[in-house]
Amino acid sequence: MITLGRALLLLALALAVGGAAASIYGARTRRPEWVAVGRRSAYALVGVLTLAFALLEAAFLRSDFALQVVAGHSSTTTPLFYRATAAWSSQEGSLLLWVWLLSLWSSAVLRSSHARLRELAPYATAVLLGFAAFFGSMLVFLANPFQLLDPAPADGSGLQPLLRHPAMMVHPPLLYSGYTLLTVPFAFGVAALVTRRLDAAWIAATRRFALAAWLCLGAGILLGARWSWSELGWGGYWAWDPVENAALMPWLTCTAFIHSVMVQQRRGLLKTWNMSLVLGSGILAVLGTFLVRSGILDSIHAFGASTLGKPFLAFVAALAFGSVLLVASRRAELRSEGRDWSLVSRESVFLLNNLVLVGLCLVILWGTFFPLISEAATGDKASVGPPWFDRYTAPLAILAVALSGLGPLLAWRRSSAEGARRALLRPLAASVAVVAVVAAAVPAAAGSPRTLLLFGAAALAIAAVAQELWRGAAARRRVSGEGPARAVVSLVRRNRRRYGGYLVHAGVAVMLVGVAASSAFQHVRDVRLSPGQDARVGSYDVRYVSATGAVGKEKVSLGAVLDVRRDGRHVATLRPNRGYYPSRDPGLGPAGRWFDGEAASEVGLWVRPQGDVWTAVQPDIQSMQRMIDGIDRRFPLADAASERFILQAIADRYRMLPPAASFRLIVSPLVEWVWIGGALAVLGGLISLWPRPRSLRVRSAAWAAAGRLGRALERA
Amino acid sequence: MARDPSRSRKRRLVVALLAAVVLAGALVYTSFSSASSARSPSQLIRSAQPGRSYDVTGKVLPGYTRNGDELRFRLRDRGGSAAIAVLYRGAVPDPFRAGREVIVTVARQDGQFVGRRDSLITKCPSKFSAAPKRT
Repeated sequence: MITLGRALLLLALALAVGGAAASIYGARTRRPEWVAVGRRSAYALVGVLTLAFALLEAAFLRSDFALQVVAGHSSTTTPLFYRATAAWSSQEGSLLLWVWLLSLWSSAVLRSSHARLRELAPYATAVLLGFAAFFGSMLVFLANPFQLLDPAPADGSGLQPLLRHPAMMVHPPLLYSGYTLLTVPFAFGVAALVTRRLDAAWIAATRRFALAAWLCLGAGILLGARWSWSELGWGGYWAWDPVENAALMPWLTCTAFIHSVMVQQRRGLLKTWNMSLVLGSGILAVLGTFLVRSGILDSIHAFGASTLGKPFLAFVAALAFGSVLLVASRRAELRSEGRDWSLVSRESVFLLNNLVLVGLCLVILWGTFFPLISEAATGDKASVGPPWFDRYTAPLAILAVALSGLGPLLAWRRSSAEGARRALLRPLAASVAVVAVVAAAVPAAAGSPRTLLLFGAAALAIAAVAQELWRGAAARRRVSGEGPARAVVSLVRRNRRRYGGYLVHAGVAVMLVGVAASSAFQHVRDVRLSPGQDARVGSYDVRYVSATGAVGKEKVSLGAVLDVRRDGRHVATLRPNRGYYPSRDPGLGPAGRWFDGEAASEVGLWVRPQGDVWTAVQPDIQSMQRMIDGIDRRFPLADAASERFILQAIADRYRMLPPAASFRLIVSPLVEWVWIGGALAVLGGLISLWPRPRSLRVRSAAWAAAGRLGRALERA
Repeated sequence: MARDPSRSRKRRLVVALLAAVVLAGALVYTSFSSASSARSPSQLIRSAQPGRSYDVTGKVLPGYTRNGDELRFRLRDRGGSAAIAVLYRGAVPDPFRAGREVIVTVARQDGQFVGRRDSLITKCPSKFSAAPKRT
């Protein structure tokens, strides 16, 4: 089976290299049969990689510890679901997942558009297969998932306990889908440049892929943040860590592209800009994978051994250099078709919003790579912290939200002063009203102009969406005589792209309100409490009622029962605890090995729309160290049954005679709206992405065919 | 009002370039002035200036103590024996252990190093290559 796995990877590499070569040869010599060979290699790649991935999955499910990756990331005690997903917690498995997803999207886009984009498709195939070849050679030569371990251990070291969370299992495939989906527009962009066919055809063919990439990246980032908030014991959801930034940067450029591409499709403007965004997003996607996998920057995400650093760096550099060269050599063809450009128009707002988004991306890029920059400039490796990021990202985010409100209100080309005034009046009034009410009602907000500004911008964005929906539905009712609810539904159904996008605007505005409120008005306390003692955090009193101790199959949990009260009235009971997972170090005793291994916090969380109460506990193991050491000395060779007995005794002792424990208590207002807003945005993205009803599709296909016929007649 | 498109094009370009230069200048200036330098424990022993903050990376020596929310530990070079004493308050990541590699932002105060609240980060043991590591 291992031989089969390795053979499959070699075959995949051969298919990728051969297919890319065949595509280019076929396109250069105008031989369709060679182009078809390239395309079919891409299809075959899906089959080969699916089989390889299935083999790896099977090894994980069967706990085949003869494979190094399985032994290192799974164990017989790991639950089945997490065993299946442990495959991508390893370097090797995640690279295989990457290239497998890449092959899926490549085939999908080639199937749907090779006939339409006859000239571009071969080059795009070559670029996509080139990506596959790079990752394939990583798998074959540097990070082979089918590496044998001899002798095979009896059990593996298990999945890192912090990763045992459903969100964490979906999060990596989503991010990787996002990264790999971004390579599709990248490939077609390169193909358009190479063939000098720089009309909007390639954009139309890959727009959905860009949108899907945007959706996957966004949903992946959200899930990661949610996991961090509800699972990790530090009490936050974003830390400006390199790995987080790695996913956010291509998401920002992709967001910019989704908007500016409309300007090109409508007005023939911004061609160079769009091309640069597409190429930049593709490079950032590879850079993202590279940041996670290379260990070049210090991160709270631990990085694996960094044998992959240099090849990745060379690959990213080659992509960047090639892209710049290609765009520069085609700048005559990339000149805009349109000329006039009015300041008060939708395209102006789109351009501004693009500048803001790209500015955000550049700030994050600079901050992320600052350690390397500073080392190169001063010889001193230095880093910037979250306050530095916040200083720039907060005002830019406020600006972006305000622009997302303005854009839909202004017309394309030129808004008349009267029209603009009419469209802007109500949303602007709503925005001012919200700021005034919040400033008057929440004293803490009055002292934070940044937060107030964001609330104002969000109100503007949401009011703009509401007004557009209202106007559209009213117009529809006049024409069709439908009821109000039906009018809204059919309006959205007929313009999924637009109204899905508006829902995204509203969702992002809601999300940023949550971010602003939860970071500006949050209360954090670190306290040490004995049972019976109270601590006050925000307007809540938290009492440490009693200790808990339990011995499970995989872990020993020590925790606390907390009574949360407000104004003397009980409102919630929370049970944060800490799970201790055994170490496999044979030098440790039967009790000590449980407390010297990995540990993970289980957060006690009280969720409400107006704000969460978040608690984590750090039991004081030190106070029991003597007891643990004594047991280890006396019963070094305890069997499994007596080990359980001993652990139960330790857990009971902790429950009965609890030492003081350290607590982190957080009251975070409106933090749930981060996830609610995020969910709305994802829903909006899905609506935009959903295929149009068949009847409309048929009609527009007929129009397109008529257009093609007309053009053909013109030429004839 | 007749407008010369190429002139307005040029003006737009100048404005955009100006904005970009201002932003870039601000980025460069603020990042260099507010960054904390990365150091190893032995470098800190030799040359830590009081009042400046440093990101120190090292391995935790066995025998750390916790008292209330105070954590006292000694940090040694990755490949050496020089060690500094660190007094730290704030959240301690779940994987914090003797022998693990950690990063913490510290400043020298009265002969010892005091960590900035919540700046302690634990790096994973290498076998968990994709394991996120914050508390």
